[in-house]
Amino acid sequence: MSAANAAGWRPTMGDTTPQGENFTTKSGDYGLMLEEPLSFEIGGREKCGVDLDDPQGAPVAGLPLRKAAPDLPGLTEPETVRHYTRLSRQNYAIDLGPFPLGSCTMKHNPRLNEKVSRLPGFADVHPLQPQSSVQGALGVINELAHWLIALTGMHGVAMTPKAGAHGELCGLLCIKAAIEARGEQRGVILVPESAHGTNPATAAFAGFKVESIPANAAGRVDLEALKARLGPDIAGIMITNPNTCGLFEPDMKAISDAVHAIGGYVYCDGANFNAIVGKVRPGDLGIDAMHINLHKTFSTPHGGGGPGSGPVVLSEALSPYGPLPFTAKTADGVIHLVEEENAQAFDHSQGFGRMSAFHGQMGMFTRALTYILSHGADGLQQVAEDAVLNANYVLRSLEDVLQAPFAESGPCMHEALFSDRGFADGFSTQDVAKGLIDEGFHPMTVYFPLVVHGAMLVEPTETESKSGLDRFIASLRSLAERAKAGDRSLHSAPHFAPRRRLDETLAARKPILVWKGEPGPAGLPSPSEIGDR
Amino acid sequence: MTRYFTKDHEWIEVDGDTGTVGITDYAQGQLGDITFVELPAEGASVGKGDAVSVVDSVKAASDVYSPVSGTVDQANAALADEPELVNSDAEKGGWLFRLTLTDPAELDGLMDEAAYKAFVEAL
Repeated sequence: MSAANAAGWRPTMGDTTPQGENFTTKSGDYGLMLEEPLSFEIGGREKCGVDLDDPQGAPVAGLPLRKAAPDLPGLTEPETVRHYTRLSRQNYAIDLGPFPLGSCTMKHNPRLNEKVSRLPGFADVHPLQPQSSVQGALGVINELAHWLIALTGMHGVAMTPKAGAHGELCGLLCIKAAIEARGEQRGVILVPESAHGTNPATAAFAGFKVESIPANAAGRVDLEALKARLGPDIAGIMITNPNTCGLFEPDMKAISDAVHAIGGYVYCDGANFNAIVGKVRPGDLGIDAMHINLHKTFSTPHGGGGPGSGPVVLSEALSPYGPLPFTAKTADGVIHLVEEENAQAFDHSQGFGRMSAFHGQMGMFTRALTYILSHGADGLQQVAEDAVLNANYVLRSLEDVLQAPFAESGPCMHEALFSDRGFADGFSTQDVAKGLIDEGFHPMTVYFPLVVHGAMLVEPTETESKSGLDRFIASLRSLAERAKAGDRSLHSAPHFAPRRRLDETLAARKPILVWKGEPGPAGLPSPSEIGDR
Repeated sequence: MTRYFTKDHEWIEVDGDTGTVGITDYAQGQLGDITFVELPAEGASVGKGDAVSVVDSVKAASDVYSPVSGTVDQANAALADEPELVNSDAEKGGWLFRLTLTDPAELDGLMDEAAYKAFVEAL
């Protein structure tokens, strides 16, 4: 009787077959866990899910004409629906279980957010509609901008960046514009080792030279090393606070003051704002620009590549250089979209340009504002408290079996960091991560941050219940014990996933990116066989 | 020929004013399976401590810093098809690039084999 079926109220799920371990089925499917071939392997040319009319009229002169039909697979409608539904069942999502990826903040997306964002007045508007017909939607952007400024204690906000790294770029372009407006040339951005991986990439992309600042033994920025490097060539610093070791930077104000004293600016990566929202206002810490991941702190859905949204709050010093467009409310109650043609009228003639064609991620704005208004000020404070409480619960529940490098330096913030020290010879973080798949959990973030050997970064977020955390902790504890005891079966985990351990090295060295397999059952003719039809 | 080591786990073998640079066997072991190596352009002039090459592994992408200043004469073309050479033969066939040293005095700040061995054991 398994732990999940302790009362024995349902039949036990078998993990062995009467025929033994190597039993295979005729179809290749196992129970209702279905294998899924490529659409090219299902499809054929003799069938098609839609009726297409024959092309009408003469071809436009001078345009190159396709001589052969494209080699596309024909699938019936039910085959198409099943193909994608089967693939979706092989996915793992926050709606299926905990997603403890550190630094990613995979938390529950409240259904109220979804309901509001689907209201036709928000969902069915077009960015080129007359502004008088979308005052409600513009009002959402304006209201959200107000709350983001209020929560961060900043002066202005650029709402258009589409994700965290896009927001970082926006902030650095503001810094660049401010330095150019002073007639100065400063080419270096300092990035501490405890920063998010995107920070140095963004600084390099924005044309700055990146220099690293070491972390001290407590996992924080080495303030003295930072001060020693400051000078007239420094444009600013990009700092992640709370940082990727899951720690708050207590010297933040001193860091800001030191950077300001030499004429530089302070960019803060606000990806971990969920740990401090309602508790600390970054503006009070001397920060000049900070992006806020609406898809993290304010619970808009993400994963699988989007959609993100990364508004950037700006200090008074940087606000004049923020991008267009933005919203502004005049005394008559009308909300305007400030664009190039009316920028001067709204006293914003120094903006560096734009980050996006239109207003930003409208669907994320409605969700984030719903989240803020439904939680209220006290609710948002509790978000931070519960996120930190849950992470510390994980940290303290496991520090006797997993080495926690910074556990001595006090409580962690929103994420708990462990290392692979103490595992038996030949056992690694990867073995534990793969073992978690067998246990039915998405693995935590592994091998990041780089400052910790074999790092395992767990971010439980505030939305996991104590019983859910206890299940996760029990699984991770068991895996840590197996890794320390040298349980060789861990080397071949996962054993129960649709695929066993994949050869990541071969996949990276010799990737197969183009399907060149055998055609489907009926056979797709090759383009040469189709001829000039 | 003399071999020197850096704290960032590069080695350089010097013959006259030519140096051959790679990452140490310890470094490749820490990185795991190498999947791609980005090499410096031949003819590029590099400064001591400049990030001149990138080694991608299944775990991370890591910068390789030039142990000394110089001009890049040659990059190891074999690594384009066989990045795994860095794993199997890090301190010989898996070399990354050769350069002509502009300031041999910079070698004085580097470790010899015994000092590097002690450095790694203390990590």
